[in-house]
Amino acid sequence: MSSETQQILTTDGIPLSVSLKKAERKNKIKAFLLVVPLLLFLIITYILPIGDMFMRSIDDKMVTNMLPKTFTAMEKWDGKEMPPEEVFAGFYSDFKILVQNKEHGKLAQRLNKEKNGFNSIIKKLFRQVQRNKIDEGQSIKEQIMKVHKRWRDVEYWQAIKRTAPPYTTAKYLKGMDMYYGPDGNIMQVEEDRRIHRILWLRTLEIAFFVTLFSFLMGYPIAHLLATLPMKYSNLLMICVLLPFWTSLLVRTASWMILLQQQGIVNDFFVMIGLVADDNRPEMMYNKVGTYVAMTQILLPFMVLPLYSVMKTISPSLMRAGKSLGGTPFIAFWKIYFPLTIPGIGAGCLLVFILAIGYYITPALVGGASGTLISNQIAYHMKTTLDWSFASAMGLMLLTGVLVVYWVYNKLVGVDNIKLG
Amino acid sequence: MSKNQEFVKFDKVDKSYDGKVLVVKDLNLDIAEGEFITMLGPSGSGKTTCLMMLAGFETPTNGEIYLDANPISNIPPHKRGIGMVFQNYALFPHMTVYENLAFPLKVRKISKDDIDKKVDKALSMVSLSGFENRMPAQLSGGQQQRVAVARALVFDPAVVLMDEPLGALDKNLRESMQYEIKHIHESIGVTVVYVTHDQSEALTMSNRIAVFNDGKVQQLSSPDKLYEEPVNSFVAEFIGENNTFGGEVVDLSNGSCKVKLSHGEILANPISVKSKGERTTVSIRPERALINPENKMDNNHAGTIEEVIYHGDHTRVRLNLLGNSEFILKVPNSSKNLDIKLGNKINIGWNSQDARALDPK
Repeated sequence: MSSETQQILTTDGIPLSVSLKKAERKNKIKAFLLVVPLLLFLIITYILPIGDMFMRSIDDKMVTNMLPKTFTAMEKWDGKEMPPEEVFAGFYSDFKILVQNKEHGKLAQRLNKEKNGFNSIIKKLFRQVQRNKIDEGQSIKEQIMKVHKRWRDVEYWQAIKRTAPPYTTAKYLKGMDMYYGPDGNIMQVEEDRRIHRILWLRTLEIAFFVTLFSFLMGYPIAHLLATLPMKYSNLLMICVLLPFWTSLLVRTASWMILLQQQGIVNDFFVMIGLVADDNRPEMMYNKVGTYVAMTQILLPFMVLPLYSVMKTISPSLMRAGKSLGGTPFIAFWKIYFPLTIPGIGAGCLLVFILAIGYYITPALVGGASGTLISNQIAYHMKTTLDWSFASAMGLMLLTGVLVVYWVYNKLVGVDNIKLG
Repeated sequence: MSKNQEFVKFDKVDKSYDGKVLVVKDLNLDIAEGEFITMLGPSGSGKTTCLMMLAGFETPTNGEIYLDANPISNIPPHKRGIGMVFQNYALFPHMTVYENLAFPLKVRKISKDDIDKKVDKALSMVSLSGFENRMPAQLSGGQQQRVAVARALVFDPAVVLMDEPLGALDKNLRESMQYEIKHIHESIGVTVVYVTHDQSEALTMSNRIAVFNDGKVQQLSSPDKLYEEPVNSFVAEFIGENNTFGGEVVDLSNGSCKVKLSHGEILANPISVKSKGERTTVSIRPERALINPENKMDNNHAGTIEEVIYHGDHTRVRLNLLGNSEFILKVPNSSKNLDIKLGNKINIGWNSQDARALDPK
């Protein structure tokens, strides 16, 4: 009994645990050094950009830095009635510096986003300041309030106070078609201007159906691949992988050639008399195009995990099921299908996550009704240059993917995923 | 009730996979009800194909298989009611032992109570009661094997097929499972068709053995007859150990023949030789040849000991005898101290009755 509590020593008299650690240390360092390049790569190309995106998406320091004295004075203001003299004095001295640096335009732009009408009253104030009309010996509050009637409106001062915190979640609310109302409440955008919510829903819908179609088409292919003799299955495997080796743009372009109204598919339909020549259906620049092209492009991501799982299922299991009296359908449904669930999970998760962030294909073949949230993100990155809003939506997308992953883990268990 | 002697009947069955080679050639085989029949043969001899045709996973290219006088070629496997134990057990890995056993009963729409009873009974038959909730992966190889046997029997099939079921087990376990399967067969009287390439397994378990080679049944008989009286040189070679001499028949008269070898002549029992001048292979079991026989035997020859291998209960002696340097003798270790030493010359004798002159190799 006492030997259990006693420390076990090696023959040299060093405690066993110490010498074990010593012996393992070299291997641990070696293993770590091997991982370092990847770790650095991930940190530089993945973790840091995501951190930067996050900071951008909540950053609201501009006004905070422009009006430091105003916000210090505002700390004592209750925000209900007109602010006291000190706030006006602080604002005036901040504004003078802005005028000197010619930054008052930026302030007007930013404050105008918070509340309409700031643009003109700041211009008016700017002119007064430029002409040295403000007498610093008298009450600055009275003089500013005389510049324009909106300066006498408490709502405008409330709007300035709202921009005080250096961080804001407004971009995230905007991504969900919501905004902060005048008293800090979260408000809904008017019904006819809610574009983002439609895009989110459409993205989910298209990702869901693309996953479903890939599953319905990929399952039989994977099964065939797993059961065919080697010489045929190799050929089929090449057919499945061929799209992988072709540029995404080329594939999308070929879908455009196939699907357009004067395209090959429509020509064929007309030839066999399925549709009239003057009544060719639209198969592109709408959801149909997005579904068709994305399903084809993402199909290998469904087939490969399914194939790798099906390959491990012994054909004798189906035979056993049949010899025990199960019809082919029961043998499939009760035996084969449950055993492929890890592959189904992996394939669906992969396709869904890839589809949710898909960009080029829907942009080219989707038209107006087939574009996704990632196209909106790209639009803000490239056209409006509102990077913080693009970052916010990108992070919302990332969060959505993580939620999907979490739900999947709860339902199926990530340990059950089999990618190959 | 007299047992149906033609419970399973293969009638002129041919099978080809590629249209070029016949894997099974003109197979005619009757299996009696309640019989334990083994299909024995080297790999590629067509035995597993026969089993698959009986189970319904392969269709005969020609001929018909009858089960209880009904042709079954057009009946799909799940309607044949034949139990099957697979080589790798084929237990459903996502189901518990109970669910595995209940599967054939559920698809037959048997009530829950009856399923419980039958599963209980089947599990106790293979002494695995209490393992209902284990997953197959949690069982040892031998236990998985027993579950597979129980599952093939649980729905009371008329015929159970076993496709090399013990191949994956180690030697000791294999032997004990052989007895267990044999006892189960004896106690429930089900017809068993067993496929193996292991001759000792076939000899211990079967009522009758069909030796397959080259798509044909070479010999169909009880284990003892198969060993003692092989009808051709393939069977003699495949079952047990065997000393052979190739030669030419020079004399054939009243139940014995004289065979001229490259070095000398021996007397043999003419099994498949019909006339003088034929080539033949004479087969003698090692235990039928004695060293310095006391009784007079009609074959007596001197040989040189070339190798002695100690085997515990017996010693194997390799001799050069009549030009055959692969002549094996088994000497029991209890026997009187013979002068078995390397290079010694000893006298070997056997009865011409035990030297079977078969077809030439």
